[in-house]
Parts: sequence; C-alpha cells; structure tokens
Amino acid sequence: MLDEPVTKTHSQVGGRREPAARTEKKKSALRRELSHLRKNRELFLLSLPGILYKLIFAYLPMVGLLIAFKNYRYDLGIFGSKWVGLDNFKFLFTTDTAWRITRNTVLYNVGYMLITTVAALLFAVLLNEIRAKWTRFYQTALFLPHFLSWVLVGYIAYAFLNHSDGFINRMLISLGMEPISWYQDSGPWPYILILVHLWKAIGFTTLIYFAGIMGISGDYYEAARIDGATKTQMALKITVPLLTPLIIIMLILSVGSMFRGDFGLHYFIPNNSGFLYASTDIIDTYVYRALREVGNVSMSAAVGFYQSVVGFVLVLLANGIVRRINPDHSMW
Amino acid sequence: MNTNASYSLSRFLIHLFFTVVSIATVLPFLLVVAVSLTDEKALTERGYQFIPSDFSLNAYRYMLDSPDILFRAYGVTILITVAGTLVSLLVTAMTAYVVSRRDYRYNRITTFYVFFTMLFSGGLVPSYILITQYLHLKDNLLALILPILLSPFNIMVLKGFLSKLPIEVVESAKIDGAKELGIFFKIILPLSTPALATLGLLISFAYWNEWFNAMLYIDDPNKVPLQLLLVRTLNSIEFITTNSEFAQQLGIDLSDFPNNSARMAIAVLAGGPMLVIFPFFQRFFVKGLTVGSLKG
Repeated sequence: MLDEPVTKTHSQVGGRREPAARTEKKKSALRRELSHLRKNRELFLLSLPGILYKLIFAYLPMVGLLIAFKNYRYDLGIFGSKWVGLDNFKFLFTTDTAWRITRNTVLYNVGYMLITTVAALLFAVLLNEIRAKWTRFYQTALFLPHFLSWVLVGYIAYAFLNHSDGFINRMLISLGMEPISWYQDSGPWPYILILVHLWKAIGFTTLIYFAGIMGISGDYYEAARIDGATKTQMALKITVPLLTPLIIIMLILSVGSMFRGDFGLHYFIPNNSGFLYASTDIIDTYVYRALREVGNVSMSAAVGFYQSVVGFVLVLLANGIVRRINPDHSMW
Repeated sequence: MNTNASYSLSRFLIHLFFTVVSIATVLPFLLVVAVSLTDEKALTERGYQFIPSDFSLNAYRYMLDSPDILFRAYGVTILITVAGTLVSLLVTAMTAYVVSRRDYRYNRITTFYVFFTMLFSGGLVPSYILITQYLHLKDNLLALILPILLSPFNIMVLKGFLSKLPIEVVESAKIDGAKELGIFFKIILPLSTPALATLGLLISFAYWNEWFNAMLYIDDPNKVPLQLLLVRTLNSIEFITTNSEFAQQLGIDLSDFPNNSARMAIAVLAGGPMLVIFPFFQRFFVKGLTVGSLKG
C-alpha cells in the first residue's frame, strides 16, 4: 500500500519513464519478497538449521569435486593445489581398473535388485496365504539379519569361510573333499555376495511388499473367488499388477543408486582380501582404499567424481523414463 | 473335499518352506555364539561347529576380566546414539514441518534444496577433506554425529506425515494469536509423537550401527565406538595381541589367548544386546516406510 505514492512521484520526476518504471517494478518485487520473508520469518528460522547443515555438509563438498582435476596436497588445500586437467582420470581409464569396478558395481546391483525383488514378492504372496500369527513369526525370523551391521555379518561369514577352522571347510574335509581357500579364490564370490545380500535384505523387502498386499482391497479377491479364480490366478492377476507401482518405485530407487555400491557388504564379507578384488571390488571400496590405504587423494577424488556424475545422470534417466511411461509413478 | 485337501496341502507346503527358510536364516547367528562358547583347543582340533564339543566360558572370562575397552566402546556408542538421535530428530522435524506447509512461499524451493542432495553428492573425498582439513573434526565425536545428522529421506517421510495434519490446526492457533515457533513446538511436535517415535527409532538404529565414519575419522582408542571395535577385531585379531594397551588391561599371557573364541565373544557381547532389543520394535521399522509416501 505504501508503495504507490512513491512510485508516482518517481515516474513524474524521471524524464525517461520506462527504465525508471522497470527498476521500480524490480524494487517493489524485491520489497514484496522481503515482506513475505518477514511475514514468514519464523518458518524460515525453523528451516534455517537444516539449510545451513545441508550447505556445509552437502553443498560445500560438491565444490570439493574440483579436487578431481587437481593434484591435491594437504598443505596447499583445495584452492592452492595445482590444476592438472584430466591427469587423474588418465591413470584410471588406461588401466582396466575403471572397467572392473564399474562392471562389478553395476552387475552386483542389478543382481541384488532382481533376485531380492523376485524372492521378496514370492515370499510376500506366500505369507499372505497363511494365518497372521504365523506370518508374524516367520517375518521376525526373516527380519533378524536386518538388525546386524555389516561388520557383524563379516564375523558370521568368517565363521563359515575361515580357511583352517571354518565350518564349511571342516565339513568339506569330513566329507573327504578338498578345503577351499575362500579368501583367496575369487571364483565363488559373486554367489557368496548375492547369497549374503539376499539373507540380509529379504526380510525387509518382503515386509515392504507384504505391507503393499495388505493395502489391496479385499473386494478384488472376493470378486475373483466368486468367479472361481484359483489362488495362483489371484496372485498373478490381482496381487502382482496392483503392486506394480510399488515395484516400480523400488526399481527406480535402485536404478538411481546403481552406481553406488554397498560398501559394507563388499568390504567386510570378503574381509578386504586383495586376492578377491577381481570379483568383489566395487567403486566404493576402491575409493575408500585409494583414500585411506594408498593415500592417493586425487585418484580417489577422480573415481568419486565419476561415480557422482554418472550416478546423477542415471537418476535423471530413470525418472525420465518412468515419467514418460506413467507420470504418476515418477519421483518428481 | 478334494479342493479342501489340496488347500491344506498347499498350506502345509508353505509352512514347510518358511520353516526351512527361517531356520536357515537364524542358524548363522548360532554358529558365532557356539564358537564363542567352545574351548580354544577344541576349535583348532575340530574346527567351528554348531554344537560346542568342549563347552567353555574362557573367552567371556577374558573379555569380562577387564572390560574397560568394551565398556568404553559402549559408552561412546550410547553417547553418540542418544545425542545424535535427539538433535537429528529436532532438525528433521523442523525442516520437515516447514516444507510440509503448503502456504509457505518458499516450501518448494526448500524441498528441492533438500531433495537434490539425495540425487547428487560430492562423494567421499570432498567430505573427508572438509571434515578433517577444514572443520578439524578428526578424533572428535562430532565426526560420528554430524555426517548422518539430516537425511533427506527422513525429511520426506516426516513431511508425508505432517502434510496429513489438518491445516485448520495451524490456522486456528494463529487466530488465537500463536506464533509459528509456538505452534511448532506446542502443537505440531506433540501431534506428531507417533511419527517421531518411529523416526527416532530408525535414526538411533543408524547411529548404533554406524561404522563408516568411525573408520574414517577415529584413531584415538578412547573414542572408539562399538562398531569400530568390531571392525578392528575382525580385520586382525592381532589388534588385540599387538595392542599392548589391550593386552595389559586384559593382563593376559598372549600365548594362551583364546584367539578364535574371543573374537566371536566380542561379536556376541557387542552385537547381542541390540539384536535382542531391536526386534521388539520391528513393526516400527515397517511403519517408518508407511508414515508418509515419498511423493509429497
């Protein structure tokens, strides 16, 4: 309200009318913005800690991606270190390292995703067929591994796989077979990792789908029963189609994180054994080792940069595809 | 009759299936417990077995004779879990409430600002350099609390819950002359207790099981949380046998030290209690997913 008289005097005084009016417009927009902010200052204040936190711990590190193009030295800092262009990437892509860790990261994630989704769907459909009391009992058992940290799972794996005294090797010996040096033979590791992942993730994923099934209206099944549908038909023609949105959301989430490997699984279960890198090493474990064990910050940063950028592109792609198929299912 | 019989047969098969799967899931835990309860000599002679061939509590006796390291690790973990969960819950709730207010002019941009960090991140190296070189948090417990303080996912989950609260609550409070801060702390927070309890459980679970930041930032033996103690023990049992402090504290003859069973005993002592407690809250872990849908 106060703006009006001021605007008038200005446009009267100013000979050139238009630019003055434009700046006035800008000014009043700014003023309106400020008054909005003032009106909402308490809400803004409430969000301020979160905003500052993300600024420091999420947005500042994005600036730090520059390290990938520098020869980082701790004493010179990020901005003092010399630019080296793409040198840090050269090493990576002239050896087969980049290919190996990329292939491992993506293939494992695809494998985990497919196997866990199929198994969890099957479990959820089957659990729906038995009485609630029993469902809860089985769910609790299946859910137990979820509560363990990967470190503890590492102990369990060690108890089975340890060369001299481990359970499996002793079993093999007592069956008259040769023991296997599990931590030195990279061959069986894809199966071991997928099994361990399934063991840890199945309870949780089953619960997600089971909760989804619980949300399906009983009317559908009632109608199907009247029409004489069998249980299998109901599962395939009602349950799975109605769960599709949920399945798609879960799939996009995992496609988006296709480039982010499970560090704990790939670090602790193979016990960080160098013999196994060919089949267990993923981007995350490689970056960690380059940073903490080899101490090559720039190389580590280069791989990290590659992971961040490609990962981001994958998320955008995944969401774009889903939005094209069905906008309701996309994340934004 | 016939369909009834086939019906109960298929039910029986389902039960059989889940019984086998459940046993297969739980058995691996028992192996660790069994090894920790077996005499060291029997372990080297007969290997790890599910039924201790020579029952012994020696490993636990060694651990509990001078439990300082284990207790200190418990202390550190409890401290970061309690402090981290409280601060994290508060900041998450504040941010989620603001972005859940549709009438707030900057809610979309704030949502984007928070959500974007879920899609794109600087990654490990820049964060590591920020925390060690610029914030100087090496060997500081804050380095265990801060990096996972505010998860966009938790904000979105809570936002989903909060947007279902009727806006009239806020409006009528405003008419009564309440300020936004007052509305948030006196009305919104109490109303969202169920969602906060669920989220608090998920957050405390994350803090309790945190090992990654500890591996990166903690070297000081006095600040080692449980999970890092486990990492070090797993990576090399030599941690115990070469760490003179540990050996002295335990006051043991190292040649006689029960390597195998002690390692598993540490795992049981460090991981066991929570494995008993967390399952009681299992349904909250499921609820955490359903309190709000991701798409707000």
